[in-house]
Amino acid sequence: MAYQLTINGQTHEVDVEGDMPLLWVVRDHLNFTGTKFGCGVAQCGACTMQVDGVATRTCVLTVANAVGRNITTIEGLQSPQARAVQAAWVELQVPQCGYCQSGQVMSATALLEQNSAPTDAEIEAAMAGNICRCGTYSRIKAGIHMAAAQLKNTGGAA
Amino acid sequence: MNIQRLLGLAPESTNISRRSFLKVAAGGTAGLVLGVNFGGVAAHAQAATDAMEFNAFVSISPDNTVKVLIKHLEMGQGVYTGLATCVAEELDADWSQVVCEHAPANTEKYANLLMGQQGTGGSTAMANSFMQMRQAGAAAKAMLVAAAAVQWSVPASEITVRDGVVSHGSRSATFGELAVAAAQQPAPDVNALTLKTPAEFRLIGRDDTLRKDTGKHNGTAIYTQDIKLPGMLTAVVAHSPRFGGKVRSFDATQTLARKGVTNVFQIDTGVVVLANDYWSAIKGRELLKIEWDDSAAETRSTSTILEQYRGLVDTQGAVAASQGNAGATLSQASNVEELVFEFPYLAHAQMEPMNCVAKVDGNAAEMWYGCQSATGDQAAIAQLLGIAPANVKINTLFAGGGFGRRANPASDYVLESVRIAQQVPGTPVKLVWSREDDMQGGYYRPAYAHKLTAALDSNGKPSAIQIRVAGQSIMAGTSMAAMMMVDGIDITSVEGLSDLSYEIPERQVELHSPTNGVPVQWWRSVGHTHTAFSKEVFIDALARKAGADPVQYRLDLLQNNPRETAVLKLAAEKAEWGTKVLPAGWGRGVAVHTSFGSTVAEIVDVSVTGNTFKVERVVAVIDCGIAVNPNVVRAQVESAIAYGLSAALADEVTLTDGNVDQTNFHTYRVLRMDAMPEVETHIIASTNPPSGVGEPGTPPIAPAVANALAAITGQTLTRLPLKLV
Repeated sequence: MAYQLTINGQTHEVDVEGDMPLLWVVRDHLNFTGTKFGCGVAQCGACTMQVDGVATRTCVLTVANAVGRNITTIEGLQSPQARAVQAAWVELQVPQCGYCQSGQVMSATALLEQNSAPTDAEIEAAMAGNICRCGTYSRIKAGIHMAAAQLKNTGGAA
Repeated sequence: MNIQRLLGLAPESTNISRRSFLKVAAGGTAGLVLGVNFGGVAAHAQAATDAMEFNAFVSISPDNTVKVLIKHLEMGQGVYTGLATCVAEELDADWSQVVCEHAPANTEKYANLLMGQQGTGGSTAMANSFMQMRQAGAAAKAMLVAAAAVQWSVPASEITVRDGVVSHGSRSATFGELAVAAAQQPAPDVNALTLKTPAEFRLIGRDDTLRKDTGKHNGTAIYTQDIKLPGMLTAVVAHSPRFGGKVRSFDATQTLARKGVTNVFQIDTGVVVLANDYWSAIKGRELLKIEWDDSAAETRSTSTILEQYRGLVDTQGAVAASQGNAGATLSQASNVEELVFEFPYLAHAQMEPMNCVAKVDGNAAEMWYGCQSATGDQAAIAQLLGIAPANVKINTLFAGGGFGRRANPASDYVLESVRIAQQVPGTPVKLVWSREDDMQGGYYRPAYAHKLTAALDSNGKPSAIQIRVAGQSIMAGTSMAAMMMVDGIDITSVEGLSDLSYEIPERQVELHSPTNGVPVQWWRSVGHTHTAFSKEVFIDALARKAGADPVQYRLDLLQNNPRETAVLKLAAEKAEWGTKVLPAGWGRGVAVHTSFGSTVAEIVDVSVTGNTFKVERVVAVIDCGIAVNPNVVRAQVESAIAYGLSAALADEVTLTDGNVDQTNFHTYRVLRMDAMPEVETHIIASTNPPSGVGEPGTPPIAPAVANALAAITGQTLTRLPLKLV
């Protein structure tokens, strides 16, 4: 059946089964491939998008439940927090294989949008759902701190 | 024919034994790579905007882009950056003008010089490429200089090149401006090229060069999972729940009625569901009714398998290494220490589940995937299809992690995708394994039991040691067996023990290689994943028994091993071993191990609360020869520690009646951010040729953690994953 979705500020219409997770609608039908498939059961965070501003595991969010929500994928990230996170990721050379990093960036951005100066413990709590098998965790944490510091120095503009 | 790709072992045809590989990696010789022919490629550009090919590795475009073809798989280990650094160094390119691309499958041009075939593994990418990539850069530079000399009518010897600019007096030109003319110059004799001395390096050893595997922070990097071709179908396969099970019969009626499903058919590995997208394929698979034939399947539990292994290490095995008469000395010794160790099966659990895109059309095949074994996969595909290897085109993409899994000796997932594509000629097929398929799909690090027994002299030093290892051979039954097994001994089962670095006068290493139905494969650092653990936990137990300091006890046994001595001493110094006051409830442990030509020592601080613990901090020291990109080296040490720590803390695959118990990340519990310690990495300054970096950081972490726990709790933990009682 047909569903209307608002993704990165644009309206998209798709004709899929209602049980299809948003992840697969976005990847297989709308061809935004920045968001990754890692586990399918909301355990690894590779599929993280922002849904109404909240970091959400889209491998378990059905298309039917995504209608009427404001969805942001890695391709649509624009906030100052997002730009600061991505700049820090490059500066600190965070990614290795990189497959989990779209999800890491989405979760880190959502964290900084809610909390401009997270502690280590707050970072660990916010990032607990994002697995990185290359073990880039220390650099991710440092990257979030760097982005927070950069945003503070520039008064919130990246 | 497949490659002995991961182990730093070369085929007999190139006559490089493991011993000489280690010498190459550790001591270095340029002899292996000198004489490599770059093909003497004469470039013939169709238009002035085309990239001009200088040799098999270097192209330069009139727009001033230097493209480096990377013969190894970029799976996060930083090989794009490392190999491009070597080219750019000798080319004197500006780092910002350099881009990378995976090389095609072409064994003649792109063989791993330590393997004799094109493939990535054994932490050999830099070790085998260091000279070759530098020569490729130097050769291209010589052609640029020769072209400038002609254009400017000046002697080539008076021309200088720096940061991508060719100069003579007041005249200068960019690489791009010279590209067309330079590419017409004859390729120089690589043996006549003068390479820089380490003192002349401007890029090698620099810490601020950004990685070349870009687009990973914004979702634009492309992986196999992201490939979409016109008309492409997505395939999932219902595999037997038990290893070795076969399809007896199946009913696809409901599956075929699911929207999006296009085909259902059987192949040798299971029942295939083809659909227009992944979700339709997965939902269609759930509707299959399959009856499995388990008559040839593995139906035992891991508890039974490990019980068998524990029994085996009580009996004599095949002798893998021997010096003196350890058995006799042990039987007469009055002071003996003995520990039995157990290791579980481990899944690689790389973030991108296995996948592969294949298109079969007539007598040609085209592939898109994170190809780790180009020669082996290409040959296997060609053999399956009955076509020439040259007709198998492989487009290599970034891999979302590998840790050994993507270099499968049977090309398992690759051939599965080709078998599916064969059924729909001309249609590209993307085979996708779900996380559950991946976790339960086998090719695990084998389970093992070890028994270590030592006789101790009056000073508490070991005078004799007997080591028994029991576990499946990774190499047996593969096409590498002939090269990797000596007198029935799979040397990867005992590596790190058979060449024990500690000086113990009498020693015997014995191996049992039982077989069963669980498919096994190398896993980041291969045999060292278990041998370093038993060796380093055992030596620590001996030190405690002798009342000795664990670092000093090791140093006393390493007097003829200057490399491990230096690494261990620097680690102790940086961690303030013996002087730093730890918080209450904290313990500290050490381990040192040499693998893939590099030596790593790690000193670990743990905090213990009741029977739980946290690894707080790791100080690591690595000697990997010249650190081409120190930041990449540090990243790999951090990564290797995280990967090994995950196994030390929680990773474990178990079977109950032949069924894998773990399905996904909620039951196979890998390391998350809260458990990641602070890691401080130090690199030994060296002018030796580069040796391995991707794997050597993994072996020491688990024993260092166990030793730290022993120091604070008194519990000697001999089973992984580690659990305090």
